[in-house]
Amino acid sequence: MLRFILRRIGYGALVLLGVNLLTFVLFFTVNTPDDMARLNLGGKRVSAEAIEKWKAERGYDKPLYLNTAEAGTRQLTETIFWERSVSLFMLDFGRADSESAGDIGAEVVQRMAVSLQLALPLFVLQLIASTAFALLLVMFRGTALDFWGVVACVLMLSISGLFYIIVGQVLFSRVLMLAPISGYAPGLDAVKFLMLPILLSLVARLGGEARLYRAMFLEEASKDYVRTARAKGLAEQVVLVRHVLRNALIPIITSAGSYLPYVFLGSLVFESFFGLPGLGAYVIEAIGKQDFAVVRTMVFVGSLLYIATYALIDIAYTWVDPRVRLA
Amino acid sequence: MPKIVILWTDAAVWLMFAALLAYGWSVWRTPEKRQRWGRVFRDGGALASTIVLLLALGVTLLDSVHYRPLLPPAPGAAPGPAAYDTRTRSLLDAVLADLVDGRESTYSKPLAYLGFTKESVVVNGEVQRVAPRLQFGGAHLADPATQWLPDLVRRASLGLAAGAGVAAAAVLLLLAALARARGASLAVTWGAVRRRETPVPWHVAVVTLAVIGLVAGPATALSGPYHLLGTDLTGNDVLYQCLKSIRTAFVIGSLATLATLPLAVGLGLAAGYFRGWVDEAIQYLYTVLSSVPNVLLIAALVLMVQVFLDQHPELFETGAERADLKLFMLCIVLGLTGWATLARLLRAETLKLRELEYVQAATAFGIGHGRILARHVFPNVAHLMLIVTVLEFSSLVLYEAVLSYVGVGVDPSMNSFGGMINLARVEMSRDPMVWWSFASAFGFMVTLVLAANLFADGVRDAFDPRSRLFRARRRPVVQTRKA
Repeated sequence: MLRFILRRIGYGALVLLGVNLLTFVLFFTVNTPDDMARLNLGGKRVSAEAIEKWKAERGYDKPLYLNTAEAGTRQLTETIFWERSVSLFMLDFGRADSESAGDIGAEVVQRMAVSLQLALPLFVLQLIASTAFALLLVMFRGTALDFWGVVACVLMLSISGLFYIIVGQVLFSRVLMLAPISGYAPGLDAVKFLMLPILLSLVARLGGEARLYRAMFLEEASKDYVRTARAKGLAEQVVLVRHVLRNALIPIITSAGSYLPYVFLGSLVFESFFGLPGLGAYVIEAIGKQDFAVVRTMVFVGSLLYIATYALIDIAYTWVDPRVRLA
Repeated sequence: MPKIVILWTDAAVWLMFAALLAYGWSVWRTPEKRQRWGRVFRDGGALASTIVLLLALGVTLLDSVHYRPLLPPAPGAAPGPAAYDTRTRSLLDAVLADLVDGRESTYSKPLAYLGFTKESVVVNGEVQRVAPRLQFGGAHLADPATQWLPDLVRRASLGLAAGAGVAAAAVLLLLAALARARGASLAVTWGAVRRRETPVPWHVAVVTLAVIGLVAGPATALSGPYHLLGTDLTGNDVLYQCLKSIRTAFVIGSLATLATLPLAVGLGLAAGYFRGWVDEAIQYLYTVLSSVPNVLLIAALVLMVQVFLDQHPELFETGAERADLKLFMLCIVLGLTGWATLARLLRAETLKLRELEYVQAATAFGIGHGRILARHVFPNVAHLMLIVTVLEFSSLVLYEAVLSYVGVGVDPSMNSFGGMINLARVEMSRDPMVWWSFASAFGFMVTLVLAANLFADGVRDAFDPRSRLFRARRRPVVQTRKA
């Protein structure tokens, strides 16, 4: 078991190295620090000194991969690639590219707290709501309720999440005046601001997830042990809840788990629509300002969370389902 | 002669269309494939959505023939080289010339003859705030206050009649084709369709055609002299924008999924077939790729594309060409980032297939790897590719809206549903509310995505028999066997 966990973590680290290389190639080779400087300082008429100064301030004034001016291992360590990679792995994210923005690390920590407040309750509620709805459809399998429920699901998943947000904001905030349109306040006041985004996000994803979970339930319900349970004369509810639900929870949690990274990263769209100062909104701002340092950091943080989540899911698997081979 | 402009996505769209026709031909010729596809259309939803999707495809094709009109020589100028308009137009623009040219100054409500915002006008020496008459919408009415409603009703009913006529003609054509195929008379065929006795639910097709005719008829009749869906901030017709957005959505949906195929199929098959270190390397590659949150990866790549385009202005002559190249690049980016799921599926399936006797027999006969993959493995995983491709289409259309909102989608100058929603955000918070842009984008987008989803469900049920188990039915299925 310990060996399995260690190997899983080792592979995760290897993947993270790959991600680091990929992002570096994307952000530094496809467009060089000179391009970034020009973009940030604005326009094509930027003096060479200004570019050099901009690069020196951010530590971009070294060769990318190989420093031929140095000797020995310093050929590798005195480069942007080495310095950026090491600092990322030490979780020291440095400063943002644009002039006004400050230290990325502090910003990430502060914003992650906001994102968590939005996404953690959402994650739990989403799991409960979708599972409950899917189970309801399965209970009424083969009836009009099942049919129209699935039709409603297909309709709901055909509607873009943006529509839910805009209609929801107009309906609940402008017409009914139940919640503020956007904004954020720390502490208990946050509930007021988080209510609406959580509700709308819940509705926006319900259709797709409920349909998926329904299929998972039905797949489980077609297995032999379920037939045996029915043959024993157990009530349908008991069969569904005690046998089907428990076993179907494994694939459901795996599929829901793929959302876990977003619990920390926050929803890009929801945060920026509702003016919540979370990580998602941070990314959108950075994209708007073309602040590559922030985007690069967020790619790294996002991948780190993703890899950690999947390692955890895999480990949890062996614990939930002992049949899983420790390969 | 106007100058024909072949944009990147135009070429791609027409190539895809040609490939679709070729595939259709091969389906027609191969009984096995024909039977499969026949099963797709047994599903009423899939049949109806096919008709809707074909309409959207028609709009896309019309909008994919671009040209720059020849400008008349300036008076008195020496005859020099021909000058062309800097605006690139498409055949669709030519068809909808009324909508393109009838540009108002700002917002107007659907079917309105008055502007939405009031202006200060001097009437009898006094300054009054009145809504001005629109320049084009309802401009033919002499006394709009009394004539407006009767005119609307008259035009709508004329349109309704014309639409019904066209729909009836289309139904008749369909019935005639059916009658020929069944070798029965028209009346007998009609009876069978009406009593829902045909294996393919043609009655659904008849209803769909009728609904389309009855909606499109009045819409066409009213969109000439009025702005059927109103106008936006800069006075552009909303209906026109919606129709143009169809192409953007279609191109993203189809081109981006197609762009995933080479990598997904190549790497997925290779990983499953060769196993060993090839498998390890490919698995590592797609694990790395799918570890990066998708939106971020796309955002990063699109930012790079933007920088690239800024540095290479020589690649395009007009703004439209630049926007189009950006759209093309976006599709490639989506393809490069989105192949992991399909590759994973294909790898798993190939792992199973390579152990089967016929593949081992082929190996024993000394057939090369390439040939085995192409002849024996690929045809047996092709259905997975098809299912994933059609399923992806609708999610990509939805994704475009999100990407455009984030600022890494299509060019702002190009019409797209994402762009419309983005603007709608501000419009919906105006007082009084400007709701029509948003509502129109909603209507068109839901229709398109819903049709794509229903079609995908039909395809999945036909090609993956297991999924039919989970189909929701209106009535419980009673297993009957005919004697």
